[in-house]
Amino acid sequence: MATETKYRVIGTRPVRPDGVDKVTGRALYGADIVLPRMAHARVLRSPHAHARIRSIDTRQAEALTGVLAVVTAKDLPDVDAILMVGEGGDVNMRHASHNILAHDKALYEGHAVAAVAATSPHIALEALKRIVVDYEALPPVIDVRKAMEPEATLLHEDQFTDTAGEKSEKPSNIASHTIAEEGDIEKGFAEAKVVVEREFVTQTVHQGYIEPHAAVAEWRSDGFLTLWCPTQGAFAVRQQCAQILQHPASHIKVVPTEIGGGFGGKISVYLEPVAAILSRKTGRPIKILMDRAEVLMGTGPTPGTYIKVKMGVDAEGNITAAQALLAYDAGAYPGSPVGAGCMTVFAPYRLKNVRIDGYDVLVNKPKSAAYRAPGATVAEFATETVVDEICEQMGLDPLEFRLKNGAKEGDWRPFGPPYTRIGAIECVEAAQGSDHWKAPLEHEAPNGKRRGRGVASGYWMNWGGTSSCTGRLNGDGSVFLLEGSTDIGGTRASIAMQFAEAFGVDYAQVIPQVVDTDTVGYNDVTGGSRTTFGTGYAAHALAQKMQRDIVEKLAPIWEVEPDTITVEGACYASNGKSATIMEVAKLLDEKGIQVVSSVTTSPHNSSGAFATHIADVEVDSETGKVDVVRYTAVQDAGKAIHPAYVEGQMQGGVAQGIGWALNEEYFYDSAGKLRNATLLDYRMPTTLDVPPIETIIVEVPSPDHPYGVRGAGEVPIVPPPAAIANAIYDAVGVRLQTLPMSPAKVCAAILAKEGAA
Amino acid sequence: MAVVHIPAPLRSLTGGETDVVVPGATLAEVVEALEERFPGLKSRLTEGDRIRPGMAVFVGGVQTPFHLSTRVPADAEIYFAPAISGG
Repeated sequence: MATETKYRVIGTRPVRPDGVDKVTGRALYGADIVLPRMAHARVLRSPHAHARIRSIDTRQAEALTGVLAVVTAKDLPDVDAILMVGEGGDVNMRHASHNILAHDKALYEGHAVAAVAATSPHIALEALKRIVVDYEALPPVIDVRKAMEPEATLLHEDQFTDTAGEKSEKPSNIASHTIAEEGDIEKGFAEAKVVVEREFVTQTVHQGYIEPHAAVAEWRSDGFLTLWCPTQGAFAVRQQCAQILQHPASHIKVVPTEIGGGFGGKISVYLEPVAAILSRKTGRPIKILMDRAEVLMGTGPTPGTYIKVKMGVDAEGNITAAQALLAYDAGAYPGSPVGAGCMTVFAPYRLKNVRIDGYDVLVNKPKSAAYRAPGATVAEFATETVVDEICEQMGLDPLEFRLKNGAKEGDWRPFGPPYTRIGAIECVEAAQGSDHWKAPLEHEAPNGKRRGRGVASGYWMNWGGTSSCTGRLNGDGSVFLLEGSTDIGGTRASIAMQFAEAFGVDYAQVIPQVVDTDTVGYNDVTGGSRTTFGTGYAAHALAQKMQRDIVEKLAPIWEVEPDTITVEGACYASNGKSATIMEVAKLLDEKGIQVVSSVTTSPHNSSGAFATHIADVEVDSETGKVDVVRYTAVQDAGKAIHPAYVEGQMQGGVAQGIGWALNEEYFYDSAGKLRNATLLDYRMPTTLDVPPIETIIVEVPSPDHPYGVRGAGEVPIVPPPAAIANAIYDAVGVRLQTLPMSPAKVCAAILAKEGAA
Repeated sequence: MAVVHIPAPLRSLTGGETDVVVPGATLAEVVEALEERFPGLKSRLTEGDRIRPGMAVFVGGVQTPFHLSTRVPADAEIYFAPAISGG
């Protein structure tokens, strides 16, 4: 489904600029930073899920030889500010400050309470043992539904439920109640021939980025602070640290290192402000690293949830009404992605009668953070499972049902203007045309297992955000392209390609660099599937501006008026004179004329991306183990700038989705302690768990981007759990309504079904 | 005149009206016009000189900055929605 426009660079698959450094080990990640006189710090964390902190005695730690400083929350200033970080999400900076060093209460196991800087990491670790914290243990609340009960233990006595600006009369763990309503829900259900209502429970899972958090801080005596860290947003780190430290942002420089995965989890700061205050206190650069257990216990996972979905369909197979209740645990402070869950729960469908209620609920777990299409995967797990059951009851083909009821341009959507041009239908059509869908499926596998096939669709909003780029023309015609968007998934290449296309040069002539916050204009985070869209948009604008700037500088040399110079691709011409950009660059360089151009753009992104996935599974009926044996992901990328990286995003999203579907979960005991805080026990998928993933890129151009780009990074994680759940049902006839669908749960469901038969 | 789509939880203040037509060249003026017709709405939509934290606003199909000085084209449709965050 290719678009008409022919491109020179876009749509090709060049080698990534950072590839050699990464495969040879030269690339510098957070833990690789070493500075002269650098000291090392470690963090003391709460052993309790919920406890009042009566006192912290640091004297014995400070007395240990080699210890340079100890800090607690008392070393942080009071903060009272709301900051927009990421995709329009508001962050309460008082909560953020309390999260990085607990004030009066520890609110989850692993909550940081103090930090020590010492001449070696070993001395810092030893000193942590000498800090005496007097805790008053309090009962924890871990389950989202129990936390919502009126008599539940409160995490914050001053937390009231906010419903569109109206506060509840009594304090509650329910931080907010979001509502969307359209049409007449009762009338809609009354018109239905079939109504299915089901409840779903999902567990907390982590993004599982391989590189643990790390930070190096150098607070100079003149008040200028430099931070090195792996982050999705250097400017977001600067903003957060400026607020938490109450220090001018102009005095903070953030140098983003290479990043070993983020998936939403490296937007919030944890270590950076702590390293900063230790550096200020010691007068030395400070490095802090987390180990894996600290990452799992002390950083933000995505929430556990309780979701109820009800859908009605008339005799012709049209959806007449849909209703959802979504309760997401936010962790210790407000801010789960339940709003996004509400926006996406019915997104693939055209609805006239709908009611959605979302609850953001506090529990004694780490403060949740974004995770790849935050809130959408579990929401679609619920909806797409219900849709599959409706199709089964009515004898409808699940893809035909999605075509009949699929969302199109102009259809209503929750919480915003109607859809603009979207590719939901085109994705379903491409799935119908795939080899996978057309291939017959034998339900009895030769190995004695049962096979099944399932499908599911999903949606994720795309964000435009603000991006800045600077371009510097070199004498040989190459261009240094300075960006502030952290490269997580190949965006150096995808941005450089868009610049090269617009500037009329080869990809090899563009030298992209991700630089620090002092060196380029403001950039929002690499998140919200926005970077190839938003920073690519800026690169396109930069190319046009550089061409104008070159014309202005070339005109006096050619002794012509600027408006007589035409630019076509790499060729500049006027009054019989013409030159390639290589020749122009050489000419300007010889005359000592520099071309340095900068742009800042904030494009609106109105549409978003849809996906439809097909999964084949084999289920061992005796053990309950599920193997995904074939998988096809179909996704609307708008225009795939670098198709290999789009395919990589699709495959990566599916791999994470398979882990979420089948194995991953935070396992808490009754005391609120996390019992699987290692990658041995927190089971992420390995290559043995993930089959080759077939990809089909659909290209329905976005109306908001010069090349039609849509965000590609997040939506591929949305359909997998539902597609796999539906495939399990097709295989063994049991519907799993909890995640993960681990062998024990599948086995129990099969046994329950056999017992009932 | 702008058409404001009233979020579901605020419809109790508009007597159940879902779409309200009000004058205003800026978001601030639109909010004032809403307040005049439906007392209590302003404090639910705004905080100080900005849209309430946790809320996003779309004017003419485009998500706008949070400040109330945003220009409102004639006949623009305005939606208030929860702010979201992505990964």
